[in-house]
Amino acid sequence: MSERVAVRKTYKLFIGGKFPRSESGRSYPVQNSNVALASRKDLRDAVVAARAAVKAWSGTTAYNRGQVLYRVAEMLEGRREQFVALGEPADEVDAAIDRWVWYAGWSDKLPQVYGGANPVAGPYFNLSAPEPTGVVGIVAPAQPSLLGLVSVVAPAIVTGNTAVVLASEERPLAPVTLAEVLATSDLPGGVVNLLTGRIAETAPHLAAHMDVNALDLTGVADGELARTLEEAAAANLKRVLRPSSPDWTADPGTRRMTAFLETKTVWHPKGV
Amino acid sequence: MALFEYAPAPESRSVVDIKPSYGLFINGEFVDPTDGGALKSINPASEEVLAEVAEAGAGDVDRAVRAARAAYEKVWGPMPGRDRAKYLFRIARLIQERGRELAVLESLDNGKPIRESRDVDIPLVAAYFFYYAGWADKLPYAGFGSDPRPLGVAGQVIPWNFPLLMLAWKIAPALAAGNTVVLKPAETTPLTALLFAEICQQAELPAGVVNIVTGAGDTGRAVVTHPGVDKVAFTGSTEVGRGIAKAIAGTRKKLTLELGGKAANIVFDDAPIDQAVEGIVNGIFFNQGHVCCAGSRLLVQESVYDAVLESLKRRMARLRVGDPLDKNIDIGAINSAAQLERIRTLSEIGAQEGAERWSPPCELPDRGFWFAPTIFTGVSQAHRIAREEIFGPVLSVLTFRTPAEAVEKANNTPYGLSAGVWTDKGSRILWMADRLRAGVVWANTFNKFDPTSPFGGYKESGYGREGGRHGLEAYLDV
Amino acid sequence: MTATTTSAGSGLSEVARSEATLRTFLHGLPGVDQIGAEQRAAMLGTRSIKTSAKAWAIDLAIRMVDLTTLEGADTPGKVRALCAKARRPDPADPGCPTVAAVCVYPSMVPTAAAALAGSGIHLASVATAFPSGQAPLEVKLADTAAAVAAGADEIDMVINRGMFLAGRYSEVYDEIVAVKQACGNAHLKVILETGELVTYDNVRRASWLAMIAGADFIKTSTGKVPIAATLPVTLIMLEAVRDFRAATGRQIGVKPAGGIRNTKDAIKFLVTVNETAGEDWLHPDWFRFGASTLLNDLLMQRTKLTTGVYSGPDYFTVD
Repeated sequence: MSERVAVRKTYKLFIGGKFPRSESGRSYPVQNSNVALASRKDLRDAVVAARAAVKAWSGTTAYNRGQVLYRVAEMLEGRREQFVALGEPADEVDAAIDRWVWYAGWSDKLPQVYGGANPVAGPYFNLSAPEPTGVVGIVAPAQPSLLGLVSVVAPAIVTGNTAVVLASEERPLAPVTLAEVLATSDLPGGVVNLLTGRIAETAPHLAAHMDVNALDLTGVADGELARTLEEAAAANLKRVLRPSSPDWTADPGTRRMTAFLETKTVWHPKGV
Repeated sequence: MALFEYAPAPESRSVVDIKPSYGLFINGEFVDPTDGGALKSINPASEEVLAEVAEAGAGDVDRAVRAARAAYEKVWGPMPGRDRAKYLFRIARLIQERGRELAVLESLDNGKPIRESRDVDIPLVAAYFFYYAGWADKLPYAGFGSDPRPLGVAGQVIPWNFPLLMLAWKIAPALAAGNTVVLKPAETTPLTALLFAEICQQAELPAGVVNIVTGAGDTGRAVVTHPGVDKVAFTGSTEVGRGIAKAIAGTRKKLTLELGGKAANIVFDDAPIDQAVEGIVNGIFFNQGHVCCAGSRLLVQESVYDAVLESLKRRMARLRVGDPLDKNIDIGAINSAAQLERIRTLSEIGAQEGAERWSPPCELPDRGFWFAPTIFTGVSQAHRIAREEIFGPVLSVLTFRTPAEAVEKANNTPYGLSAGVWTDKGSRILWMADRLRAGVVWANTFNKFDPTSPFGGYKESGYGREGGRHGLEAYLDV
Repeated sequence: MTATTTSAGSGLSEVARSEATLRTFLHGLPGVDQIGAEQRAAMLGTRSIKTSAKAWAIDLAIRMVDLTTLEGADTPGKVRALCAKARRPDPADPGCPTVAAVCVYPSMVPTAAAALAGSGIHLASVATAFPSGQAPLEVKLADTAAAVAAGADEIDMVINRGMFLAGRYSEVYDEIVAVKQACGNAHLKVILETGELVTYDNVRRASWLAMIAGADFIKTSTGKVPIAATLPVTLIMLEAVRDFRAATGRQIGVKPAGGIRNTKDAIKFLVTVNETAGEDWLHPDWFRFGASTLLNDLLMQRTKLTTGVYSGPDYFTVD
């Protein structure tokens, strides 16, 4: 009896709910695997998928979005050991699961906390409410590759945005595996699109893309790269969240959600 | 000759005492520039020189920033919120007391009708100070944590269309939150900001809390790029805003931008037509159309197009253009020769591209900068006058057939500042409001502003909000 | 629906064919946003009318006054005094124009007719069970016919607000048509009593209903309910006559009545006429003020403009 030969996994991109290889046919060796090396065109396809998903996802009820995010937590819980096996510390996997639950609950509360009626000096109904900004480009933190990723993606999408995420370059296995979780969690295709590969190669195209509304540079460690990305983002006045390396286990607050929201204020006369 | 000819009813200029020249307001005093020059502020309705004002150089800006920093660290930052509030309340009161003076000066310097400066601009200026004064000692309740901290020194650059009102939008929340400011007014409209500096003196606001550096683009650049500035707030064109966003990339400066717009004003066939026409007129001819949120694209449902256009033209024929200080004037002077040139150029392009141009019979004064209220019909989305911000009294008229088409056309622009919807059907208003990608949606009204109501854009109309609780966020370290 | 002919112009003749067509038409009129309409009126109220424009406006306003007394305590003596005042508003200035009309109860028409004879001043009488309008149609018609027979050349009728509010538009319409017939050659002013109609949507509908039924004038109020002639309500009615003329070619007059007490207010109304319906309405044939105390304030301001000195009530007659 010979020992069973394991079936290995091909780590691919996640675009529009599907798992394609890079259109460039490239991969790169990392964490003892070959992982897809995303190209400029993959980035382009990811933005198209993210844009296409905006209307339906932002139009989904907050209740429903919350349930979808909670479903992600359920799926992640079921795959907990898989992430531990990939080298993610168990407590970080637990924190990542809990983070999905935490953000899931925000979906139908943030508009209440962040919006409201304005007592204008006149006979008008006046209400401000947050709305998603659209497509958010995210450079996820290199470390921790799962908890960091979840901590930047969940707040961006819970409010109705869609995301194009550049995953940790050095530790992409957990991110791609998370994409598999997302694919089985009732999250509509295109809401999260995940690219693996060289940040320095793809991020400039993401930052300059005129159909991307916001840019989260949290995971950009190189200050000079961050500056050029922010400059490029100015072309269409993307909302930019600058690089940071917070304590990912701390209470995340609402900042990462509000950074990618627009406030819309509606006026109407009150008369008979 | 009209049957009922309104005799001239000029507001008296004598309430305003304009000095021949003004220095920079730095550290509580008017001082001469050390490395800058001077520029002249003129009355756009007559081209007369009103005063010479200093043009601050980089060294002057540096002095102002240092003064603001010192005031922030030694006085304003440590001061209890309740005391900051009292200074702001004092300022609000002084603005009310000197309201007529401010209104006349604003109309002289800017060219806007006294009716607007008197009834809209200045009352709102006071209202913004009152509103934010009240926040100064209540910041822990604003929803930004239990002890929200100010940012430090705010560098603020404001436009010429609502000179004092834009100053209020910038300074009131900044000071309430505990910041100090260096503000640069627009080069064509610095005078009310300088009168405001006098009001700060009169209120005995501690030196250095508010610094006013007059000048043009270079002065603004020096303010924005000064390393001692912690927060930048800009209102103006999208082009300049883009440059600022680029210039502060890689720094820790917090940025809010309130930029251009090309708002759709959408009229459905069940709209209250007479009020809709008022809203269209107010939307595009208020302040000579020098309004970033102006309803510069009229989208009319085809089934009611003829009636709306006829009504609009009849109403436009009643607009009174002329001397801004005349209390019966609806449309004043274009703010500058440069702006007039831009309006003319884009209007000529509109005609060349095939749109049909119409203005009511309208006698314009010989001197000064004037442009008759104008509409273009037969405009399509591809026309430049449907895409570019004209920032003048020029309306592009387009049509639509269904609500979905109206939304699609309204959103088909890189801008997203405001939108208008006119219909008697409540559910349609809410459906439209959900889908319009704009920071302010006026339903069955237009161009309404209030200190409690957040204002600001989507997309290339900028980011951040001014007004309301939201407006505090720009000036807090959150 | 009776087949009465109406004075409505082409295009609207079919509107009153049935209750259904009338309702469809009236409810198809564009709505009025209360806040927007009131803001427009308030803006017009900020017009600053000075010097020569003011003098012209005051004289016009005097010529537009329907000098009115509608009291239970009216006597022939009171009415004669009022008529004298109408003929010569300012005894100190023969150049002062006369008012447009005197407006009285039907029982006072013979007295007024005699007192106004030869003056060219119109004689208006309220009729149709003024001010409530709550009487059988026959009574209203008799009321009207009697006033006309006694010498009134203008009839100010009230509509049946109850019926209007109940949505029985045809009945309101028929009543106006019948009264118009009873008027003969006399001009018919139809009082909507806008204070009881409450909404501007109702005011617009009632305006059109009255015009389609043959009104020569539409009038705001009886002066007997708390809310009378406001500027916004007059604005709505001016829009209605403007649009009615555009639709039919027929020009209808407007008469705000009740609550306009001083020159400043009267001028706001004239500005509103000028900038809403247009200068074609700036004539006593097309715009009237139903008022009593207004006249003296107009006279006082007129004197002030002439002499440069503020005058006082002792210098103007109280009739």
